[in-house]
Amino acid sequence: MSQAVVAKLREAFSADVLDVKEYRGEVTVTVKKEEIVAICQFLKDEAGYNFLCDLCGVDYLGQQPRFMVVYNLYNITTKERLRVKVPVEEENPRVDTVSTVWSTANWPERECWDLMGISFNNHPDLRRILMAEGWVGHPLRKDYPLQGPDREPYQGRLS
Amino acid sequence: MAKKETMTINMGPQHPSTHGVLQLVLELDGETVVNAVPHIGFLHRGVEKLAENRSYHRALPLTDRLDYLAPMSNNLGYVLTVEKLLGITDQIPERAKVVRVMMAELTRIKSHLVWLATHALDIGAMTVFLYCFREREQIMDMYEKLSGARMTSNYFRVGGLSLDLPEGFVDDVTSFIDDMPGHLDTYEGLLTGNKIWQKRTVGVAPISAEDAIDIGLTGPALRGSGVDWDLRRDNPYSGYEDYDFEVITRDGCDTFDRYKNRLDEMRESCKIIRQAVDKLQPGPILADVPDVCLPPKKDVVNSIEGLIHQFKIITEGFKPEPGEVYQGVEAPKGELGYYMISDGSANPFRMKIRPPSFVNLQALPKMVEGKLLADVIAAIGTLDIVLGEIDR
Amino acid sequence: MPEMLSLSNDPILFLSLMLAKILAVFIVVILIVAYATYAERKIIGRMQTRLGPTMTGPLGLLQPIADGLKLFFKEDIIPAQSSKLAFLLAPMMILVPAFITVAVIPFGGDVVIKGFAVPLQITDLNIGILYILAMAGLGVYGIVLAGWASNSKYSLLGGIRSAAQVISYELAAGLAIIAVFMLSGTLSLRGIVAAQSGSVLDWYIFSQPLAFCLFVITSLAEINRTPFDLPEAETELVSGFCTEYSSMKYALFFMAEYANMIVVSAITATLFLGGPAGPFAGPINLLLKVFFFMFLFIWIRATFPRVRYDQLMFMGWKVFLPLALLNIVITGAVVVFL
Repeated sequence: MSQAVVAKLREAFSADVLDVKEYRGEVTVTVKKEEIVAICQFLKDEAGYNFLCDLCGVDYLGQQPRFMVVYNLYNITTKERLRVKVPVEEENPRVDTVSTVWSTANWPERECWDLMGISFNNHPDLRRILMAEGWVGHPLRKDYPLQGPDREPYQGRLS
Repeated sequence: MAKKETMTINMGPQHPSTHGVLQLVLELDGETVVNAVPHIGFLHRGVEKLAENRSYHRALPLTDRLDYLAPMSNNLGYVLTVEKLLGITDQIPERAKVVRVMMAELTRIKSHLVWLATHALDIGAMTVFLYCFREREQIMDMYEKLSGARMTSNYFRVGGLSLDLPEGFVDDVTSFIDDMPGHLDTYEGLLTGNKIWQKRTVGVAPISAEDAIDIGLTGPALRGSGVDWDLRRDNPYSGYEDYDFEVITRDGCDTFDRYKNRLDEMRESCKIIRQAVDKLQPGPILADVPDVCLPPKKDVVNSIEGLIHQFKIITEGFKPEPGEVYQGVEAPKGELGYYMISDGSANPFRMKIRPPSFVNLQALPKMVEGKLLADVIAAIGTLDIVLGEIDR
Repeated sequence: MPEMLSLSNDPILFLSLMLAKILAVFIVVILIVAYATYAERKIIGRMQTRLGPTMTGPLGLLQPIADGLKLFFKEDIIPAQSSKLAFLLAPMMILVPAFITVAVIPFGGDVVIKGFAVPLQITDLNIGILYILAMAGLGVYGIVLAGWASNSKYSLLGGIRSAAQVISYELAAGLAIIAVFMLSGTLSLRGIVAAQSGSVLDWYIFSQPLAFCLFVITSLAEINRTPFDLPEAETELVSGFCTEYSSMKYALFFMAEYANMIVVSAITATLFLGGPAGPFAGPINLLLKVFFFMFLFIWIRATFPRVRYDQLMFMGWKVFLPLALLNIVITGAVVVFL
C-alpha cells in the first residue's frame, strides 16, 4: 500500500516530509521543495513510481506559501497512485526540474511556467508552450482576470 | 567536403496532415529529419481557467470540447472525478454505470475510426478513409438520438445520466456491433496484408518500452511497445471490473503494431458493448442525492418543490467539501486524468486535465529524428493526437 | 497496293489530311482528359461508397466543364519571390510533351483516299520509341522547373523527388522496351504494330510478360500516379511542385497528368497489345485498350497507399533495373539461339 511507501519516505527524508494526508483513498505527501529531485528519484528507484502522470501548479492566492506544485505519480507494476506536493512561495517561484527523473515532466513543466508562472531550475527548454511567445502574465493565476488583461470585465453572469 | 546545409521547413499549422493546428519546425538534410520541434497552443481556449469560474454542472460542457472526437470519454472522466470528490461513487445506479460503459466503448470505436481513417489517408490509402467515416456516421447518429448532438454530446451528468435511452436505441447498438467486426475485416483486407502498407509502417516511428514509459506514453501507443497496462482493467471505474475483455498488447514498438492494437481494441470494445447490452436492466438513471442531481423534468413542471429544487441546483450548484482527487480513465488515446481541488465553494478551485495527446506528442521528436519526412506523417498518425485536448 | 500518300505526290491533300488528323487526335485527347477527371471521380466514388459528382448536369456530366470554368475565372497568383519566366513556362513544359507524344501512336490501319493509302497515324518516325522516351524525359523538366521557380520549400522538395524518380524509372522503362524491339526489329511504332498483326497470340504481352509488367509499373512512376505520386504527395508536401500554382496554370498541371495517363496507356497498348488490332474498327480498339489501362490506374489509386521515397529508389534501382536487364539477356538468348 501507499502507506508503506510513505513510511519508507519518512525514514529516508524525515526532515523534508511536511505533511501526509489521505482523502478518498488517495495519499498526498507534502515535501520541501529543496529536496524534490532527490525525493522523486527515491520514489522512482526505491518505490517503483516509474510513471509521472501529471504535473501542475496550483495557486492558493492569499495563503502562505502561495503556490503548490503537484506531482501525480503512478506505479505501473503495482498500479498504485501517489501524489507529491511542494509548496512554493510567491517571492521565489522556482523549483528544481524533475525532467531529469522522468522525461515526461518536460512539457508539463513548461505548461506550469507558462500558465502559472512557476519556473524550473535546470529545465532543458523552458519556453512558453500554450500562450504566444512574448505574452505578458500567467493566465491560470487567480489574480489574472478571466477576460484577459486590459479589457472591461464581463457584465453578464459567469456562474 | 563542403559544409552540409540543412533546410528548415514549417510544417503546419496549416498543413493537410498535422491533424489540426500543430506546427512542426523540421530541420531537413535532404529528406532526412535532423531535428523536429513541435509548437502547440494555437487552439488554447483556457478550459481550466474557465472551469474555475463555473459551477460543477456548468463546467461539464467544456470537457466535450477537449478531445472532440471522443466527447463521452471526456465527460466520463469529469463526472467520475466530481463524483469521487463528492464521495458518491458507490451511489451511482447500475443502469447509469452500464450505459456509461456502453457509450464510452462506442466512443472508443468512434475515435479509433477517425484515427484509422486519417492515418491511412496520410499514408496514401484514401479508400479506408471513406469506409471508416461511413461507420463513424452510424455512431454519430446514435449520439444524436441519445443526446441531440453529434459531436458535443454532454450526455453524462454528475450522479448519472441526463436522459434515459431513447426507444430503439439498444437495437441500433446491437445491429452496429453485429456488423462492426465484418467492417474491421474489410479495413484489414485493404491494409494489413498490403505490401506497401507494411513497408510504410513496420519498423517506422519506433520507441522502446523503457523510453515509452519515461516519456509518458499511454493508451494503445504504450501497449504497442509491449507494456501491459490498461486503466479499465488495472484501476477499474464505472464497473469495468465486471466485464470480460482482453487488453491488447504487442511488443513490436512500431507503427504497424500500434495499428493492429487499435484494430483489435475495436473488436474488444464490441465485446464489451455486447456484455453491456446484456446487463442493461430498467432502473433509475440518476443517483438519489438531491443536493447534487437535478430532479426529473416531470417534477419540475408539475410541482413548486421540484421547481425550487431545480432552481437551487442551477443557480447555486453544489458544494463539495474541501479536498482533492485525481481520477484517470482509459480514453481512446490514453490516460485522460482530471485532478480536481475543491475549496468548499460551488466552483472547482482548480481543475487540471491530463490530456493523453499532450503527453504522447512529446514522443514525436524522439520517434522521427534521423528518419525520413514521410515517416513524420506516419508518426503523427500513429500517436493519434487531437489538438483540442493538447491545447485545451 | 495503292501508293502511300506523301508530300511529293499530292501536297494539298497531304497537308489537309494531316491537319485533319492532328485536329481529330487533339480533340479526342482533350475530351478524354476532361472526362477522365469525371470518370476518375465517379469510379473512385463508387469504389469508396460515394456517388461522385451528381449535381452539374445529368449525372454530373457537366462537372469537367464547370471545373474548367471555375479554374479559368480564378485569380491568377504569381508569388512575388518566384522566378516569373520559369514559373510561367513550367506548366506548358509539362503539357506540351504530353500532347506531342501522341503524334507517333498509330490508331488504325491504312485507309484509301483518292487512290492513295493514308496511314491512321499523325507521323511515322523510324525512331518512334526514342521519340517517346525523349518526350517523357522533357516532361520532367517542367516539374523540376515548377518546383524550383515557385521558391517554396515544399515545391522544391517535390521537384527534387520528381527528378530523381523519373531518372530512375525512365531507365527501367527504357530497358523494358528494348526487349520489345529486339523481337520486332524496328523502332517504328507502325512496324511494331505490324509485327503483332497476326493472331492475338502474336501480341508481345504473351512473349514479353515481364517487360509488360515492368513497363506498366515504371510508367505509373513516370507519370506520378499513386502509389508513386511522391512529387505531389499532398499529405507530406502539401501539393508538391504545384503548391504555389493557381487558376489556369494549376489546371494545366492536371491536364498534363491525365494526358500523360492517356499517352502511357496508348503506348502500352501499342507496344504490348497490338495497338489498333481487335474486333472493331482500329481507333475504337485502341480507345478501348486505353480506357482499360486508365481504369486500372484509377483502380490502383483507390487501393494502394503511397510508397516512401527511399523505398521507391530501392525498387527502381535494385528491383526493376536488374529485372529489365535480365529480361534483355533472356530475350537476346532466345532470339539468337532459337
